[in-house]
Amino acid sequence: MSARPASTVLLRARSSLSALYGFSLLALALAFTHPLVLLAVGAATFGAARLSGCQQQLRVAVRFAVPLALMLAVINAVVVREGVTVLWRFGELPVFGQIDITGEAFVYGLLLAFRVVVIIAVSALLVAIVDPDDVLRRMRRSAFRSALTAALATRMIGVLTRDARRMDQARRCRPDCGGSGRRAQLLMVGSVAAGALDRAVDVAATLELRGYATRVAPPHGDSLPYSRADRAVLASALGMLALLVVAVVFGLAHFEPYPRITIATGLTEVLFGGLIVLMALAAPVIGERGRQR
Amino acid sequence: MSALSFERFSYTYPGADQPALRELSITVEPGEFVVCAGLSASGKSTLLRAASGLVPHFHGGEASGRVLVGGLDTRDHGPGDLAQVAGTLLQDPETQVVMATVGAELAFPLENRGLSRSSVARGVEEIALTLSIADLLERPVDQLSGGELQRVALGAALAARPSLVLLDEPTSQLDPVAGDELIWVLRRLNEEWGTAVLLAEHRLERCLAHADRVVLLSDGELVCDAPPREMLGWAAEHQPALQTPAARLFERAGLRPPPSGVKAARATLQAHGLLEAAELPEPVAPERHRRRPRWPRRAEPAARSALSCRGLIVQLAGGREVLSNLELELAPGERTALMGRNGAGKSTLLRILAGLEQPTEGKVESAGRVALLLQNPGDYLIHERVDQEVEAEVLADFGLAGLASSHPRDISGGQRQRLALAIVLGGERPSAVLLDEPTRGMDRAAKADLVSRLNALSAEGTAVLVATHDTELAAAMAQRVVLLSGGRIVADAPTAEVLSGGWHFATETARVLGGQGQAITPEEGGALLRARMTIEAAP
Repeated sequence: MSARPASTVLLRARSSLSALYGFSLLALALAFTHPLVLLAVGAATFGAARLSGCQQQLRVAVRFAVPLALMLAVINAVVVREGVTVLWRFGELPVFGQIDITGEAFVYGLLLAFRVVVIIAVSALLVAIVDPDDVLRRMRRSAFRSALTAALATRMIGVLTRDARRMDQARRCRPDCGGSGRRAQLLMVGSVAAGALDRAVDVAATLELRGYATRVAPPHGDSLPYSRADRAVLASALGMLALLVVAVVFGLAHFEPYPRITIATGLTEVLFGGLIVLMALAAPVIGERGRQR
Repeated sequence: MSALSFERFSYTYPGADQPALRELSITVEPGEFVVCAGLSASGKSTLLRAASGLVPHFHGGEASGRVLVGGLDTRDHGPGDLAQVAGTLLQDPETQVVMATVGAELAFPLENRGLSRSSVARGVEEIALTLSIADLLERPVDQLSGGELQRVALGAALAARPSLVLLDEPTSQLDPVAGDELIWVLRRLNEEWGTAVLLAEHRLERCLAHADRVVLLSDGELVCDAPPREMLGWAAEHQPALQTPAARLFERAGLRPPPSGVKAARATLQAHGLLEAAELPEPVAPERHRRRPRWPRRAEPAARSALSCRGLIVQLAGGREVLSNLELELAPGERTALMGRNGAGKSTLLRILAGLEQPTEGKVESAGRVALLLQNPGDYLIHERVDQEVEAEVLADFGLAGLASSHPRDISGGQRQRLALAIVLGGERPSAVLLDEPTRGMDRAAKADLVSRLNALSAEGTAVLVATHDTELAAAMAQRVVLLSGGRIVADAPTAEVLSGGWHFATETARVLGGQGQAITPEEGGALLRARMTIEAAP
């Protein structure tokens, strides 16, 4: 969990709208397998991250996602027996049976891998642009217990990460470096887990001491009016959701991997992809321009 | 109406055999500054938890009698309700912050009170300025140092301007400068806002001068409730471990009554003609190291030093230097204290010397293994039983044989620290032992035990380097003090020279005596004063 000074549009907007923006991109990535749409969502995500100064977080996330995605591509190619274009025939293998690598499974595997990378990138953007404190603040009004759990959980991630880091350093300070291998690792994990309960109790006590449970509502009419950044982010998010609905209703960006790859590649799909990028980048670009004036 | 009142209050933690508090009757009036003192495990923290409502609402257990906080009975009102009248800061700052940024953390208690947006913003600004943390407002809390976290947590406790503040060792992670500043802030809140303060603290010399009263606990019982001077008189007879250095200085010199602080001590000494009013402390000694020659000679053989580092530079990703071209050499058996403000680079230096981190530039050489005891001894304890952590004979050496079957988390802080020290010292004898803030939360008896262990190690030829904010510990154990500032060594000289020549990095004895005779311990100061009395008495 990290926080940044709210210097760009997506970071300045209220957290509910930044979250809506992120979830709109996520919905597009989840709803379509069409490579052009995924490419558009990926480009929009990286563009938005760059305009918001969060590209570093995305880079870290993608570095983590790529090996995972490649593994998925390989598994899909090996395991899936659909598709009619056989590229490699490995014959009969024990347990697995007949192994044929088809062109369709190979291409679809790569597409799935790309989709995983895009989804992880969008999630990283979402985490970077949404202020967790603001989310908890808003959640508390409607769902007190969930917000309490979320507050504890988000705080505990940081506390336990630091505990684990410190304990690992302490382990390395032992004359035998705390042993090696799986047993030593299990000891460490067990120790952090055993301490987690105590730490959670301490954090929960602090929440109590800060008056979290009192739930006094703020004075009526105290909420801020929508800023230019709020309006720009809301417009972008609604625009992306509208595109999603239209594409689903009219069956745009059709893609079928098996038995043969069927892919719609008309002007409509190109336009659809272009509009996604345009809608996603409208908020950071237009909102910022308005501010400079 | 009292700000806080305990009426024959007793409390036993769930599953405990003995009560943590027994028949306690204490009252804190509005605008009073009360210090809660006592040895480790005397019940100070439990007292504060009872006053904040965590006991018994949060911890469970059995309670009798009653506690009233600003008129609210803790039997009927939980910590949330009590937070409206009492701000609380517990010991561990890591778990005292719950939001992602400093600004949100300070705003949190104000928002929970249902204040308007503008009131919240003003409250955050005011408390940030009061505690000098305005530059941290945008920072994520997971990037703060321990000292910064402690100030932020204190800010959150004070933000709503409670009429009562409950603090459990708030200066334990702060350097002497920040610790003194914090006590002055509390004094200001107490005087200007009329906030009642109940402060539990081991380093009594820091806060007694500001206190109206001291309540002293022993085994959960109230054994003394008196103004500071009277309490010190009581402690001299019944619990000498609770005497401040200035009180011990007076005792050694045969002077009475014991002073509550430096100002009172100096006034008494001046009245007796034992201290010249105009005497001022000398400036901190200059760096002992030679200037680096323009064409450095080859380094001397490492065998002569137990541990050395040359040209150490540590640079963060943003370009900020944590350590700047640092050079240090420890001789075998040498005992050195490493001091400096929070963020001066002490912990980083220790980690690099122990090989836990790599410097950006420079190199470290050691004659053998380097043992490092990090700040939190609990981090070393990963087994289910104490005897699984180290061998039986080592446990016996460290006086822990009786705890062999206990769970490491169930033993006291002092015992935990001894066990952690036993762990890092196990195996091959180290050429150097490094300790990072080892006396956090320790009473004087536990500190004395630590000092004797370090002296024994030193006698065996092991170099000892202790990073500490505790000037009294440095005076008791170190032969040399290295003072860091901004990643550079600004003073490196014999202990008496450094700790008698400043205001903040000076012992209470040195501050009382103004650095005269370079006396830094009560024993040395007492001898100096007795010698003066003898000269004056002579015909």
